[in-house]
Amino acid sequence: MHPVLAGIGLGLVLLATFVLVGRGLGASGAFNSVIAWAVSAVAPEHAKGNEFMAGYLRDDGASPLKSWLVFEVLGLFAGAMLSGFLGGRTKVMTEKGPRVSVRTRLGMAFAGGMLMAFGAALARGCTSGQALTGGALLNLGSWAFMLMVFAGGYAVAYFFRWEWR
Amino acid sequence: MMAPFYQSGSFGEGTSLVLAVLIGIGFGFFLERAGFGSARKLVSQFYLNDLAVFKVMFTAIVTAMVGVTLLAWVGWLDLSMVYLVPTYLLPQIAGGLILGAGFVIGGYCPGTSVAATATGRIDGLVYGLGLFAGMFAFAELFPWLKGFYEYGAGEAIMIPEAFGLSRGVVVGAVVLMAVAGLYGAARIERKFAAPSAE
Repeated sequence: MHPVLAGIGLGLVLLATFVLVGRGLGASGAFNSVIAWAVSAVAPEHAKGNEFMAGYLRDDGASPLKSWLVFEVLGLFAGAMLSGFLGGRTKVMTEKGPRVSVRTRLGMAFAGGMLMAFGAALARGCTSGQALTGGALLNLGSWAFMLMVFAGGYAVAYFFRWEWR
Repeated sequence: MMAPFYQSGSFGEGTSLVLAVLIGIGFGFFLERAGFGSARKLVSQFYLNDLAVFKVMFTAIVTAMVGVTLLAWVGWLDLSMVYLVPTYLLPQIAGGLILGAGFVIGGYCPGTSVAATATGRIDGLVYGLGLFAGMFAFAELFPWLKGFYEYGAGEAIMIPEAFGLSRGVVVGAVVLMAVAGLYGAARIERKFAAPSAE
């Protein structure tokens, strides 16, 4: 799909989210909810005692999985799966450059994910919750965040050419 | 009744969760259609031969921004009821830099890793496991990180107020930037055209 068309589609989904539920899209928050759920299942006192995790527990005692973003991310998974099937792009494979082994690439994927988790937690959102959502609402912090995402990416891109080129 | 409908009491939490799934389906569909289930496509943004990330993001931001502005202007949407993430500039700047680096190293951001996993990408799944590990580590280290995490004003600061401009002027400027950006992006892509990455 042409990037501008996909962008308009995504923008309309975001607009519908603002109008219907008074919030924006997100992704990283759903991962936090799952962590809060898993830890509270194993060690409930520990989860309650951790200020960051406690923020993802519900006051009414319902499961931390009963969160708007968890449901949205389940939909995201289904929507992407549907689109992939319809477009014939679904394939079990590892995305990587020609010069790197699958094992190394998977190690880098894990490391990048961990790093990203710290970035998203510090920034209170990721590319969806901050850049897209806050960007559309003209939130100053979101725009600063977005510029820094590009700056951070370009700053390190040269050193990871071996992974992709 | 006025939008946002959840806040103005048109429906309860159960309905909002059903809507979450439907909205998520649309979100995932367009992410995948844009090609964002592929790490190689995503990181091409940082090697300048395919700027789809920039184009899709900017177009989406402009579409939603113009939409909310028009709806608020005609009085159908109460913007003051839309949730805003509070602004903590320094942690957000640091978080952005870290996230950008993680994007190039891992190949995805959280949302696109879910789209990648849904279309069979093993690296997308492994990236997601890394996210879980990182989130858990962040939460465990939170007592030490809290000072920096909470450094700053803590209220949502909006660009029009911060620069003393009217909302219309800022929206117009962003639209012009987007048009110029899309035009510039096409030129950059031609200049950095890759020797065909398969």
